[in-house]
Amino acid sequence: MSMRERFYALAGDALDEDVRVAVVSAEIGVGEIGPHPRHFNVGIREQLMIGVAAGLALEGMRPVAHSYTPFVVERPYEQVKLDLGHQDLGAVLVSTGASYDASTAGRTHQAPEDVAVMAALPGWTIHVPGHPDELGRLFRRALRSDDRVYVRMSQEENVARVDGDGIVVLRRGGEGAALVLAVGPALSETLLATADLDVAVAYTATPRPFDADGLRAVAGSDVVLVEPYLAGTSAGEVAAALVDRPTRIFSIGVPLGEFRHYGTPAEHRAAHGLDARGIRASLERFLRT
Amino acid sequence: MAIATLGYDDLPALLTRLTGDEKHDVSAVSTLDVLWVLHDRVLGPDDRFLLSKGHGPAAFYAVLAAKGLIPVDALDGFGSFNSMLGYHPDRTLVPAAGIGSGSLGHGLAIAVGAALAGRRVYCLVGDAELDEGSNWEAVQYAGRIGLERLAVVVVDNRSSTYGWPDGIHARFALEGWSAARCDGRDHDAIEQAFAASDGDRPHVVVAEVATKR
Repeated sequence: MSMRERFYALAGDALDEDVRVAVVSAEIGVGEIGPHPRHFNVGIREQLMIGVAAGLALEGMRPVAHSYTPFVVERPYEQVKLDLGHQDLGAVLVSTGASYDASTAGRTHQAPEDVAVMAALPGWTIHVPGHPDELGRLFRRALRSDDRVYVRMSQEENVARVDGDGIVVLRRGGEGAALVLAVGPALSETLLATADLDVAVAYTATPRPFDADGLRAVAGSDVVLVEPYLAGTSAGEVAAALVDRPTRIFSIGVPLGEFRHYGTPAEHRAAHGLDARGIRASLERFLRT
Repeated sequence: MAIATLGYDDLPALLTRLTGDEKHDVSAVSTLDVLWVLHDRVLGPDDRFLLSKGHGPAAFYAVLAAKGLIPVDALDGFGSFNSMLGYHPDRTLVPAAGIGSGSLGHGLAIAVGAALAGRRVYCLVGDAELDEGSNWEAVQYAGRIGLERLAVVVVDNRSSTYGWPDGIHARFALEGWSAARCDGRDHDAIEQAFAASDGDRPHVVVAEVATKR
């Protein structure tokens, strides 16, 4: 079961089990979640979707809003900023599509900058699960709080789930070895790329709030970020966490630019240097310098 | 801090405390009478009021002060660093404000959400605010689902540059709302226009006031 299928099942269960939960849709996922008195499909009206979520939260409910990544983050960005953030109201925003899942759909349905722009707003917890099991754990936790939580689902997923919160160390390197920190579904390719390298590998599915203490516990003088979205999205967080140490930071991710190609997600991953081969090549260049 | 319950005739003095202008012309405050009637005659204790048109909130603050919802003394520091009252309201500083507003076109969608949660909600928008397309997403949806717990008042001072040919009320009616028009300075007429809701769909009151220009 994909992350998206898991989310729809969980959202339906949550509607049945918790009277505080309401789901606000804008046509995406409506059939999969199914009808329910607290499932409100507002039509293709994403600004309204976020505003309605805020109004539900104003009355003490726990709204979940869902659409493709550009349409839950970017099109209603001011509603996210003001109707939720400025009003100090909580909601769970769940996107599907990630950076380039919709590779054949073109730029309109791709949003590699989503985490960067969400991270520019105060008070948001951002989850980037790398496996459907992680999605389930993080989504259920988000429902129990009143926080502002953004959950970024992806068609790409890792071979196995990772348990634990914050930064989880998966492999330790030798003395002075670089730390490679993979985010969400970038992990499996990162593990392949580093299998025979003397580096430490760590993982997080929650880039915000950034686990600065966790990073400090494992980082050496070289830190490499492998992010499945805009390259360098968390570079500032890494720099701030290690401000008292001489550190080199290198970011691998989706480059900034208009990428005018269709094709498959795998082709996009490779073109952005986010497959194992690309990650390996970037790492070797960095470690040589 | 003085908490008072004052009357409509006290509003000019309260506005003067906000603006420092002794010659303040009450009639120039387009929303004043609608806000007064809402808070004096229409809103019930469990109802929610959302001021979507947060621009020029002096009339709103004066009404809140008159009704004892904010301290009268708070009016004196309007817009200063430590004031709870800014040029656009912030609901975390002024809970009675319902929502923080200032960016146009947000309140109506939030009102729809609160109404879906079961609350009786009143939302004030301006005629020029309706230029923002986000309002029409809310108007269309509320009309289609017959969201009877939602009432909107449009204070129409003809400030929208391109206007609304055939009238704002007609556009809401087309989307399935019950609609009433009234003189936005006539308190009895405003009250009656709110009461004209047919009760099984959202209701709009278009309160017409003197043209801004």
